[in-house]
Amino acid sequence: MHVVPIFPCLGMYQVVEGIISPVNDSYGKKDLVASHHRVAMARLALQTSDWIRVDPWESEQAQWTETVKVLRHHHSELLKSSAQMEDPDPRKTPSASADSCNLPGIHPCSAVLPELKLLCGADVLKTFHTPNLWKDEHIQEIVEKFGLVCVSRGGHDPKGYILDSPILRQFQHNIHLAREPIQNEISATYVRKALGQGQSVKYLLPDAVIAYIRDHGLYSSDSPWKGKGNAC
Amino acid sequence: TTPGSSEPVTRRAGEEHLQPEPVRPRQPAVQVVGRVHQAEVNHDDTAPMTAMMSECHLDQQLQLVTADTSEKTDPTLYPGKYRVIKGIISPVGDAYRKKGLIPAHHRVIMAELATKNSHWVEVDTWESLQKEWVETVKVLRPGRKRKWAEQNQNSSPKKPQAFKPTGVPRVKLLCGADLLESFSVPNLWKIEDITQIVANYGLICITRAGSDAQKFIYESDVLWRYQSNIHLVDEWITNDISSTKIRRALRRGQSIRYLVPDLVQEYIEKHDLYSSESEDRNVGVILAPLQRNIAEAKHNSSMA
Repeated sequence: MHVVPIFPCLGMYQVVEGIISPVNDSYGKKDLVASHHRVAMARLALQTSDWIRVDPWESEQAQWTETVKVLRHHHSELLKSSAQMEDPDPRKTPSASADSCNLPGIHPCSAVLPELKLLCGADVLKTFHTPNLWKDEHIQEIVEKFGLVCVSRGGHDPKGYILDSPILRQFQHNIHLAREPIQNEISATYVRKALGQGQSVKYLLPDAVIAYIRDHGLYSSDSPWKGKGNAC
Repeated sequence: TTPGSSEPVTRRAGEEHLQPEPVRPRQPAVQVVGRVHQAEVNHDDTAPMTAMMSECHLDQQLQLVTADTSEKTDPTLYPGKYRVIKGIISPVGDAYRKKGLIPAHHRVIMAELATKNSHWVEVDTWESLQKEWVETVKVLRPGRKRKWAEQNQNSSPKKPQAFKPTGVPRVKLLCGADLLESFSVPNLWKIEDITQIVANYGLICITRAGSDAQKFIYESDVLWRYQSNIHLVDEWITNDISSTKIRRALRRGQSIRYLVPDLVQEYIEKHDLYSSESEDRNVGVILAPLQRNIAEAKHNSSMA
């Protein structure tokens, strides 16, 4: 739920939108609360954002959906909506958005197709090496057809992870390592642990999200919402 | 753990982040100086403790490293003996003359906006209203503490208190390791002030890796002497935020969303604070504590 302050300045790209896609309940991760809660919290966290939105599609599927399929879905939706656009959407021009980077504007007109990239922390990059967690063909499709934006995290060596993997090495031009000028080691794991111990998380999460967690009794030590703890 | 200490050290105590006279680059955008309240509830170490900890990155991003507002606290988790009753941010006066320091009224407002939703942290404007720069130790003085103590007893508690303070609230200075290290900058602090602060008040130092702070305490005779009054707190979620980086981002037209509270960001935008022009304020001007201490030293040596 924490919104990571990053500056997605990719040089040749203009960021027009950010999508947060909460995972499906059947992912089975320990401590995963019901998806409708996670969607609601994400929405609360983003209510003041003019470029990031929450998409519940993944969470509404009947079962867990592989990341690459989620990317395929959102990419096709993006293409559909940009094909419908006659003129560039003025809301998406850089000057209109206070959160955009100082980049030469590239208007999202029909001549330029939007690209969809997976944004992740360096820790996710490392999980590509975990046996049986990802299918090789999926990793390849993600880095080849879509692309990765990888945010640095303390204790991780994203360049090393890339070099250690033949697939990632091959498509490393499509993996953008975002340097965070201001490192922030916040993690949901830590926040959940703090909540489980009755500690305050004020200033780690937006107030609206904290209120929601409190009102719904989430993440307390006796919370009824626990993931099945099955293998993902 | 404070080196050489034989008693359990208060690892968690909530206070405000203070940077009264830093010279380091890691500086608050609003030059906010914090003061803190602490009440010694009982002298009995077995009394359950309510502890709150906060690091005020003085560009208004209030970050709670860990905070426990419940009254039932496992004393083995929080083996301190203090109960935090209040946190106070005291913005420095304009006469401090730091480079890039914008007018105090803006900084006060931003601090107030940032603490709007806090039930224990508030802003004190006294220091910011003084015409001359005021040494940190003077801001900590008893006269002001009494005022805060009265306020605390008169105002209705916002949450039920299981333990009524039995003593006069104690004040501690909350800071990062850089403030500790600034003690060694020539002419920045008076040695008698540092001594008073650690002897009569106490320091809470929030630091990423305790080792630098510990080394510094070890290398300083006065800090070593009063080390039992210096509490080092580990920052579990490291956050590299600094007001210097915030101001830099603003000058470059970059977003500071999610780095500072929305209300503060809007205020900065509305009043167009923090430009290259504002960064040039006080360029070439000597910092007030340096000026004062050097002048006094000259005066003293000429009298000798």
